[in-house]
Amino acid sequence: MTPLLECKALTKKYGNTLALNNINLTLERGRIIGLLGPNASGKTTLIKLINGLLTPTGGEVLINGQKPGPESKLAIAYLPDTTFLCEWMNVEQLIDYYKDFYNNFDSQKAYDMLARLNIGKKMKLKAMSKGTKEKVQLILTMSRKADLYCLDEPIGGVDPASRDYILETIINNYNPEGSILISTHLISDIEKVLDEIVLIQGGNLYMHKTVDEIREEKGMSIDGLFREVFRC
Amino acid sequence: MPWNLNTDRPIYLQLVDIISFRIISGIYSAGTKLPSVRDLASEASVNPNTMQKALAELESTGLIFANRTSGRFVTEDNSLIRDAKRKLAKEYSEEIITKLRELGLSNEEIKATIADILDN
Repeated sequence: MTPLLECKALTKKYGNTLALNNINLTLERGRIIGLLGPNASGKTTLIKLINGLLTPTGGEVLINGQKPGPESKLAIAYLPDTTFLCEWMNVEQLIDYYKDFYNNFDSQKAYDMLARLNIGKKMKLKAMSKGTKEKVQLILTMSRKADLYCLDEPIGGVDPASRDYILETIINNYNPEGSILISTHLISDIEKVLDEIVLIQGGNLYMHKTVDEIREEKGMSIDGLFREVFRC
Repeated sequence: MPWNLNTDRPIYLQLVDIISFRIISGIYSAGTKLPSVRDLASEASVNPNTMQKALAELESTGLIFANRTSGRFVTEDNSLIRDAKRKLAKEYSEEIITKLRELGLSNEEIKATIADILDN
């Protein structure tokens, strides 16, 4: 079976700034993967390349064996790190909007999750707090049936109780064919649900290992490892 | 009982310990069916792959067995459960004794302290 995602010698430069340097990475199906690294290490650049929002300076990225294009955009559910929805829309309109855009979107699933987090159908995006907006965007993303979910900083503004619910949602959404790639700094909150981590530093791939391997070898948590490796 | 997991030890080993404990203490009694991987993973807030790995580990010890069509069951062999219980009791006792030795207690004093607590 072709791997879900392959990066081959993937390089991205912004002018003279090297953002990603010769990344070789293969991600398998059915995994929950943490994309970790300090600020400005290239996490968002990598996610944008995977989603075809940037073109590589060198090398290539393949999703299900194909370069980014309409097929890969259907196969990937992407949650950007910024607000991307129309502020004047209410929840119901947003759901219809997503249903129009993606034929793999499950409205019922979205409504169920919204109800659990007490977010009303008629609530307008512009009337929502930062955390509520993040929840809505995450729910819309997770309600698609995709091969790869790319979540860029999904839980930063979300309170701890809702964070637990969101992680539970991620676990319950798990399917053996799909993988989830989560970029975040809130490592201790999510490390229990991760299978593996991809650690990048200054645009280079530093480590790609399973989390239990790391705990076994180093006797420390992923959070602890991160703090040790990237001590300032 | 909440699933208290540390993040500095492999999660699957901790899951093995917790599930073994539940079997030994009778929460999951001999011969009964275990919840599904998905339900257990959801209850423990861990990744289903990790839970799967823990269950595979438990299968290799014989404490649980898989039935291809109907899920996983706790062993019906009570001697296996008794052995696991003895092993765990020994581990706990060793932990306590190590701590008491660190306090500077002699074997006699340790025995006296424990006997004292048991009598009251």
